[in-house]
Amino acid sequence: MSTTRQDFTPAPGSAPLSRQVVAQASMETRLLLRNGEQLLLAVVIPVLALVGGILAARRLGLDFDETPVDVLTPGVLALAVMSTSFTSLAIATGFERRYGLLKRLGASPLPRSGLLLGKVIALLGVQVLQAVVIGAVALGFGWRPGGGFAGVLLAVAAALLGTAAFAGLGLLVAGTLRAEATLAVANLVYLLLMMGGGIVLPRDTYGSAGAVIQFLPSAALGDAMRDAFIDGSVNLVAFAVLAVWAVAAGAMASRSFKWE
Amino acid sequence: MPPSPDVAPGSPGSDAAAVEIDGLVMRYGEKTAVDELSLRVERGTITSVLGPNGAGKTTTLEVCEGFRRPQAGTVRVLGLDPTRERRALLPRIGVMLQSGGAWSGVRAEEMLRHIARLHAHPLPVEMLVERLGLDECGRTPYRRLSGGQQQRLGLAMAIVGRPELVFVDEPTAGMDPAVRRTTWELLEELKADGVTIVLTTHHMDEAERLSDLVHVIDHGRLVASGTPFDLTRARDQATIRLVVTRPFPPGSPDKLRIALGDHTEVTEINEQSLLITGPADGSTLARVSAWCEEHDVLPESLVLGQRTLEDVFLQLTGREFEA
Repeated sequence: MSTTRQDFTPAPGSAPLSRQVVAQASMETRLLLRNGEQLLLAVVIPVLALVGGILAARRLGLDFDETPVDVLTPGVLALAVMSTSFTSLAIATGFERRYGLLKRLGASPLPRSGLLLGKVIALLGVQVLQAVVIGAVALGFGWRPGGGFAGVLLAVAAALLGTAAFAGLGLLVAGTLRAEATLAVANLVYLLLMMGGGIVLPRDTYGSAGAVIQFLPSAALGDAMRDAFIDGSVNLVAFAVLAVWAVAAGAMASRSFKWE
Repeated sequence: MPPSPDVAPGSPGSDAAAVEIDGLVMRYGEKTAVDELSLRVERGTITSVLGPNGAGKTTTLEVCEGFRRPQAGTVRVLGLDPTRERRALLPRIGVMLQSGGAWSGVRAEEMLRHIARLHAHPLPVEMLVERLGLDECGRTPYRRLSGGQQQRLGLAMAIVGRPELVFVDEPTAGMDPAVRRTTWELLEELKADGVTIVLTTHHMDEAERLSDLVHVIDHGRLVASGTPFDLTRARDQATIRLVVTRPFPPGSPDKLRIALGDHTEVTEINEQSLLITGPADGSTLARVSAWCEEHDVLPESLVLGQRTLEDVFLQLTGREFEA
């Protein structure tokens, strides 16, 4: 080949932090959406839960205080938040550890804060996508959010706090267990909380267990979202429960996280 | 403080050694991985760190890269403390891990492009993709690339940021011979343009061909340093490899050494072969043959040769180098 030789003279330096974070966030989002199982978890299962729930409620004549779609939609949005910020994040991070990606990035100019920020932006991006799809399906089934604009803001606040709590738990699992164990635990916990965690269905459908499960992050997120969307009220207990989980999980994750 | 974006090799602090390790100690529980190791790497050189598995090579590199804090001793890389001044150091060095270092589902070129974006003045990604033959990886996800392909991607990621200093941990493990040669040429071009390279390797030929200086490490200690030439030929010695048909009788190395007289070393390679190092003359060869006959040992081969780094290694550590 007659091409001129590449000049390798050193010219080291970091890209501006903002550019690094954008690069990191866009890679994380792209890889999340490329993964079939993750997409199933992020969009298909919540939409199925919504449509299935509405149809079942109609057929069985289930008795909610509100229309089934008004009760179920906030819970399904909460489920979407949990699937992305807990299950997807835990599985992705577990395999990033396993394949040495975290170590590799640890030797790059990207600081840990930039890595975390990139992950958060990717999570929120996927959650916006989920909310748009689920919201559109719900509106098609006649969803009427009763809380108005204030209710939407409250729901966003609950979703952000829920994201912090579940992301902390997800990183706690991913940072301590092996990748395969993380995969199993993250999916199992997701299934258990979806069925029995008071997230999709209101707690009063659980009978006497309802009082106990209100301290689960899943029920707290579901309660906060339902109250916000149905009549725009603030569920202080639910917000407090989420805040405690967020702080505790975050502290435990940052203390126990193993990068390799 | 963020590192200044352009730290050229003429800037203040550039007269510090590339790597300076003084009395480094690293322990894992009971096991001492690095035992008061001291060594120096000059700028603009290719320096190899040789040693058997578990000799402390990777641990030492990981301290230089800021992954581990020294338990005792001091380490300076480009004049900086790799743990306390890590953020200033990282943009200036390139790191090739021994394995892994990418998302499981990422494509090779996509991953390289990502690392390039984290740097201020990266090398052209297309050029590296072509030079290291990464185009053959196509859309295959990282987890399904061959070991050699993952190695090449690892090397590309280590140099894409135009670093001053590159740490490469066994760069050509798993590569086929043609790709190894291309990789060597690439490392030599980097050196010609002023990049300092520190490599650990399992391949003696790699160390002999590339290195300006070789540090041999065993049990976490430096056992020898020198140019490949110094280490292999300075003592004006040649080697004789003696391979026999049946295992040697007990005590053979010592008996043979006595029979051959001073200035000769005999090292056991395994129960059927010995390495004799000493003056390369016909009389040594004749005396080895005579000793064999006298002890009823049947030689299968008796090969006279130049000392290689492999022989040096065997003599220093008493162990054969597992390639």
